[in-house]
Amino acid sequence: MTPEGSLLAADGLHKAYGATPALDGADFSVHPGEVVAVLGPSGSGKSTLLHVLAGIVRPDSGTVRYGDRELTGMNDTERSALRRTDFGFVFQFGQLVPELTCVENVALPLRLNGVRRKEAERQARDWLERLEVEDIRGQRPGEVSGGQGQRVAVARALATRPRVLFADEPTGALDSLNGERVMTLLTDAARDTSAAVVLVTHEARVAAYSDREIVVRDGKVKDMLAGLQ
Amino acid sequence: MSIGHTLLGLLESGPRHGYDLKRAFDEHFGQDRPLHYGQVYSTMSRLLKNGLVEVDGVEAGAGPERKRYAITDAGVTDVAQWLSRPEKPEPYLQSTLYTKVVLALMTERNAAELLDTQRAEHLRLMRGLTERKRKGDLADQLICDHALFHLEADLRWLELTAARLDRLAETVRG
Repeated sequence: MTPEGSLLAADGLHKAYGATPALDGADFSVHPGEVVAVLGPSGSGKSTLLHVLAGIVRPDSGTVRYGDRELTGMNDTERSALRRTDFGFVFQFGQLVPELTCVENVALPLRLNGVRRKEAERQARDWLERLEVEDIRGQRPGEVSGGQGQRVAVARALATRPRVLFADEPTGALDSLNGERVMTLLTDAARDTSAAVVLVTHEARVAAYSDREIVVRDGKVKDMLAGLQ
Repeated sequence: MSIGHTLLGLLESGPRHGYDLKRAFDEHFGQDRPLHYGQVYSTMSRLLKNGLVEVDGVEAGAGPERKRYAITDAGVTDVAQWLSRPEKPEPYLQSTLYTKVVLALMTERNAAELLDTQRAEHLRLMRGLTERKRKGDLADQLICDHALFHLEADLRWLELTAARLDRLAETVRG
């Protein structure tokens, strides 16, 4: 797919850790409302690609463009602000704050963006309801199941209505039923809000929730849609 | 699938006409492949001949006669035996995909490309099934899951093979 009209696009990314190249000329693009699965064997550079696209890791060379801004030209403060306002993250393990209740966890990114507590918690409750875990809103992460915790993490990632959602093995720690429910709720919510989703996974059944897939191998990206045309 | 046993099983809840049997079969099991009337009637004549069903009544109408079938005791025993007998797992030892990979390597073609193309095709099908699951009822979900798990198994094999292509190439090229 050409980057035309894309929300996030990368061109010629290189990144090495010491002598080991993790990305070796990787290109990428995703459109608003599109779910792209990033596949590839372990150590192929999938997670590095996600971290570079999200502005967490700076590439050695190459560019990442978000809308009309160039991520690679921003300083740490600017990228960090962008991650807080425009990007959402879901990882394999929820990474919820253990001292906060579920509703407080979901409200946290809203609070960091300046939303008042009452309003932030109202919106957080709406997201918990949407993710079918409204009943555990007052509990702490240590008191809920893995599947419930992951739904809370998805609610938290979506609460700020991010334009790009980065998900790295979001169902990796869940059983099949919970994993599928999380994927359904995550992709439905993302499509409803026109968020683009970058979904790193090694599971084919999870990748099947995407609109298209790319394969990362030896730090290079193969776009299967383009490959088949 | 054994159509005979399935139709017999459907008759256990009570006698039915051939048309009712077809409708019940299609509703529960024939999502992708509905039964032809011909299949129903040929199967019923075989079951009749073997004493597993009997004609419970005949309705005369404007068209052909409509027979109503009932299961016999022998039929009930047959269904019970079929249900309790485990299905033989299919080992899939004659895989076309394996043959293609080996031939690609032997003829020095790009086997990794072949596997990539196959992965894309599998995922395309899996997307369709996942979408059908999202919109479907529980029966749809279970049918699609069965297909999805098999496709996923193929893909796991495919990834493992992709990771072992260099070794396989050495072996087949001797």
